[in-house]
Amino acid sequence: MNEQREKLLEIKDLKKHFSMGRKTVLKAVDGITFDIYKGETFGLVGESGCGKSTAGRTIMRIYEATEGEVDYQGENVHGKKSGKELKAFARSMQMIFQDPYASLNPRMTVKDIIAEGIDTHGLAKSKKQRLKQVNTLLETVGLNQEHGNRYPHEFSGGQRQRIGIARALAVNPDFIVADEAISALDVSIQAQVVNLLKKLQEERGLTYLFIAHDLSMVKHISDRVGVMYLGNMAEVATSRDLYHEPLHPYTQALLSAIPVSDPRKERSRERIIIEGDVPSPINPPSGCRFRTRCPLAMDVCAKVEPEWQEYSNDHWVACHLYNDKYNEEHKARQAVRS
Amino acid sequence: MKKVLEVDNLSVSFDTFGGEVKAVRDVSFELSKQETLAIVGESGSGKSVTAQSLMRLIEMPPGKFVDGSIKFDGEDLVLKSDKQMEDIRGKEISMIFQDPMTSLNPTMTVGRQISESLIKHQGMTKKEAHNRGIELLKLVGIPNPEARINQYPHQYSGGMRQRGMIAIALACNPKMLIADEPTTALDVTIQAQILDLMRNLKEQTGAAIILITHDLGVVANAADRVAVMYGGKIVETGSADEIFYNARHPYTWGLLGSMPKLEDDNVDLHAIPGSPPDLLDPPKGCPFAARCPYAMKVCEDHMPEYTELSSTQKTACWLLDERAPKVEPPESAIAGGSIVNE
Repeated sequence: MNEQREKLLEIKDLKKHFSMGRKTVLKAVDGITFDIYKGETFGLVGESGCGKSTAGRTIMRIYEATEGEVDYQGENVHGKKSGKELKAFARSMQMIFQDPYASLNPRMTVKDIIAEGIDTHGLAKSKKQRLKQVNTLLETVGLNQEHGNRYPHEFSGGQRQRIGIARALAVNPDFIVADEAISALDVSIQAQVVNLLKKLQEERGLTYLFIAHDLSMVKHISDRVGVMYLGNMAEVATSRDLYHEPLHPYTQALLSAIPVSDPRKERSRERIIIEGDVPSPINPPSGCRFRTRCPLAMDVCAKVEPEWQEYSNDHWVACHLYNDKYNEEHKARQAVRS
Repeated sequence: MKKVLEVDNLSVSFDTFGGEVKAVRDVSFELSKQETLAIVGESGSGKSVTAQSLMRLIEMPPGKFVDGSIKFDGEDLVLKSDKQMEDIRGKEISMIFQDPMTSLNPTMTVGRQISESLIKHQGMTKKEAHNRGIELLKLVGIPNPEARINQYPHQYSGGMRQRGMIAIALACNPKMLIADEPTTALDVTIQAQILDLMRNLKEQTGAAIILITHDLGVVANAADRVAVMYGGKIVETGSADEIFYNARHPYTWGLLGSMPKLEDDNVDLHAIPGSPPDLLDPPKGCPFAARCPYAMKVCEDHMPEYTELSSTQKTACWLLDERAPKVEPPESAIAGGSIVNE
């Protein structure tokens, strides 16, 4: 990775709470902080209900943030904006959705679906130019011009996801949020779409926020990865570091839980199996949220919320094990064991 | 080892307005006691139809058995009446489905859903069935089973519902368990718990398991033998090691190459171009020919016979014919990189 990296997005203590009736509040995202650099792919992983999709949507201002800030090229996304500013901002950020069956309007032709953004933002001066742009986009994502006149139901899942990508590209965005964009596809088709996303990134200098629950695919596509648990960020690191030196016990458990497609390794691998289920985000555990399932939990974990600290260069973690103020208990235990 | 199941030349079709969809074509495999056979394939490859045929869960019409037999414990299930099947389903053969939320009855307590088959098949009283239900919930690792047995599925979490469904499936000690994508809807940490549970239960109960999945990681974790399906046919079958380290079918290579490997950094994925064939009008020859990088003229016109590579591995591919050019599998298609180094 190059040295002078330009920050495209700075997410600072972002919170998104949903009100669930009179006194209950669901804290879907509860204070996450990280940066996304220009031209990189930032992967966001976590189990269902951890708030990764909400985070993606709040970063794009599909949801209004409850607290905190998202700075996009130095400008606050959630700041006051005129309609015109908002529109210009919306053009530069696009999204690719999970379900290619539900996210394309079945009553529109593919051509019109792709051109919708072009029309809204007035990016084509004439009908001829509009058609030309659509045709170029179709070819970019590996479909042909004739496909433009068909309807979404005439396509397979992988082709539909290509249409979704063409639609996102139509307005020349700088930043694309892909929310479980490949989860609904078969493995061989997943690989096609991932390779396409990578190619487009190289050609256009795009920045991706790639949200998924499949850690092996996220690791494959991302430069850096953030691991979320119950609305909090547990760890952020380059995908290499995250795989080779995971710090947070949750990341370690998550990595060890993924079955690898290698029977000999599967037989010999020691697995950290974490007990129980994810607690409810309506009433999360005190202190560290992972402590109820953490195999290394200490007394302090129930009392104090772990700090978000940069443990080593570009490797962030929120865990008391890495805080010298609190980890005496852990060190003592390790000493006893050895 | 005693054979629990022998499927011979099974073909299942569906009559639709568009014509006859040949979902399963000439499929043969067998299963021994305490063995796990994984059937892998993409959507539309026929793996779920195969599984449902074994349970006779296919609605007929529109579905129909075109040919073949399903010998379970020596008796052909294809010839059984619906009434006779009712005595086998849930008792001799059970099934675990992908989505526990939609396959459990939301209006019945989990306890009643377990008791149902115990009362029907084993003639237990309500009280006995209730007590057995508590034992079963304990067996599948549900905490506090005495209270949980009286709860409804919506009061369970996703992982617990799947455990509940496994408890229902195991209630009558079936000889064979069919698990159709049992962990696909679950998070990885819960998936690891369920896979562990299934392995332990297999050892305890001696049941044979058919595992339907598209996740090769799950296969590597749980399967003894693997059958790879494509376009309604089994294109390759073998022991787990043979499939992962010595596959001979280009489709199996493609599948293995499409999976990202955790330990490799940034190698391009080997995508298989194109999409699966339309089974309304399946190709005359090899179903994979249109997407196969090694396809020859003969592949389009003639379905290859199985070549027996070992006592367990069989592969249907023209590349194995002695007249075909020798092709080595790409490195991406061998699990753990090249095994030559080992």
